[in-house]
Amino acid sequence: MSTALLIDFGSTYTKLRAIDLERRRVLGAGQGPSTVLSDINEGMNAALADLERHCGGLPRFRYRLASSSAAGGLRMVTVGLVRELTAEAARQAALGAGARLVGSFAYRLNAADLEAIGRLAPDIVLLAGGTDGGNREVVLHNAAALAGSALACPVIYAGNRDALDEARVRLAGKTAVFARNVMPELNQLDIEPARDAIREVFIDRIVHAKGIDRAAAQFDRVLMPTPAAVLEGARLLADGLAGTPGLGPLLLVDPGGATTDVHSVADGEPAPGVVRLGLPEPRVKRTVEGDLGMRHSAAAAAEAAGLEALAADCGVKPALCVRLLSELGADPGRLPATAEEAALDRALARAAIRIAVRRHCGSVETVYTPTGAVTVQRGKDLRGVRALIGTGGVLAASRRPRSILEAALADAAAPHALLPASPRLLLDADYLLYACGLLQSVDPQAALELALAHLRPLDEEKADEHAVNA
Amino acid sequence: MGVEQRARATIVTGVIGSDTHIVGNRILAMALERAGYRVVALGALTPAADFIRAAVETNAAAILVSSLYGQGELDCRGFRDLCAEAGLEGILLYVGGNLVVGKRSWQETERTFLDMGFDRAAPPGTRAEDVIEWLGRDLAARADRPRSGAG
Repeated sequence: MSTALLIDFGSTYTKLRAIDLERRRVLGAGQGPSTVLSDINEGMNAALADLERHCGGLPRFRYRLASSSAAGGLRMVTVGLVRELTAEAARQAALGAGARLVGSFAYRLNAADLEAIGRLAPDIVLLAGGTDGGNREVVLHNAAALAGSALACPVIYAGNRDALDEARVRLAGKTAVFARNVMPELNQLDIEPARDAIREVFIDRIVHAKGIDRAAAQFDRVLMPTPAAVLEGARLLADGLAGTPGLGPLLLVDPGGATTDVHSVADGEPAPGVVRLGLPEPRVKRTVEGDLGMRHSAAAAAEAAGLEALAADCGVKPALCVRLLSELGADPGRLPATAEEAALDRALARAAIRIAVRRHCGSVETVYTPTGAVTVQRGKDLRGVRALIGTGGVLAASRRPRSILEAALADAAAPHALLPASPRLLLDADYLLYACGLLQSVDPQAALELALAHLRPLDEEKADEHAVNA
Repeated sequence: MGVEQRARATIVTGVIGSDTHIVGNRILAMALERAGYRVVALGALTPAADFIRAAVETNAAAILVSSLYGQGELDCRGFRDLCAEAGLEGILLYVGGNLVVGKRSWQETERTFLDMGFDRAAPPGTRAEDVIEWLGRDLAARADRPRSGAG
């Protein structure tokens, strides 16, 4: 039997999935605490013991691959020139690499910016600025400023290639890596090379710096940050492989304790006759909403949703909501114990998904010109995605996940938002997407078939959903 | 301006405001490219701020604004100030097209736009060759004095 062990060194738990590669099935799952701050091996051993209990013994794994979001995740700061242009391109590159974006800066870095970057304690700084042949001065100023600062982390340069040689000289005192420009021409994104550079630095340095490699005897390789593994899984599911079609364009939502992540794999091009405004967005796009979480940021999520609306959605009095929200924020590990708490959790998840997906998707607007009305689009048109996938604990644990996931769908109350119109609704019930994202690096066919087989369709529940007041 | 930039200056161009008339601007962009310039074409329906953002990022030597629908005076108001704000004090600014509606004389219209800080204003019917000739002269004159700001 050929088997694989897929490990997620998370911020709260160490999670394991054991896969039978030949029969495309899950042998078992195991979970232990996250102990990266003391000794990562403790949590790993506990998770392995748990897995062994579930499987009745452990096979000799052919592959042991890991992702990590432990020890604060991959903390990144991005720097660009114009906020809407290269600074935005740098943000997209960092998010697409699975980073936790802790700060983004534009224009010339001043002393206060450098101090702020020092306080943010990033694992990597991504430095962009200028199109190729464009502005050199600002990116070189920023290279010199970073070089002259106390910052110890690696700097990835992905700015104007005309300034690259000079940037190399200025960054000589730092650990510096050089990638292709994130915006070689105006309004043209090329973020894959920067994404690859981030992943390489993560594997070569960050895994060690965070103490994850102390468990090196237990795995072959740490491949990427966990959000990148989820994104890779989504990409594989959308695109498929030769001979095995994927799901087509898709949207994936992941409401978590601190953030809600949204991933899309879709061109999102404007419909015929619609004019695009602003920067084109990447086909594989990830956004992270730091104010839309179920626990750490529950109060902020309630604020974004509006307390009254949230209370009305869950049928719990506003005063009780306020008390429960503060308890949730203080106790991230808490699971709903009462009917009110379960209802609030559902309403929070619905609100987080609704708002996060609206921020992720593009919108249209009608502009009236002397020659008639013109429709303009900003961001991606995701009305036509074929699949909407939900992942994460709150959805997997819910008895009515469809009623939560539906918050991502098109809504007559928001006619200008380019939200999914009629996708298939699917649930990553076994938390397998990260595992498939890892597995595809060694056995893409098995990873794809496993993911396709284990996504649970939620469409059948539809009749029940309308009968039950969710 | 460095030697390589002088050899191949970048020009930002597009149609400003709620104006969809792109054909003339596209012909101009193609002519500029043939003349050896790097052209950053922003297309129709371009807000003033987008011209400036593009010029900062690409280190443009000039911005050529097209306006064909008669609202140019409103759309271009404060354009030079926006440039100064973004550190592009010295950048060369041209405007052209059907700049106003009504019966104003070209002299009057031209004066309006020059007063707004544009270096040249092109009336309807201006040929691309004329614009290229202006650019050659104006950029050569500027190459000999240092430019200020982020560009």
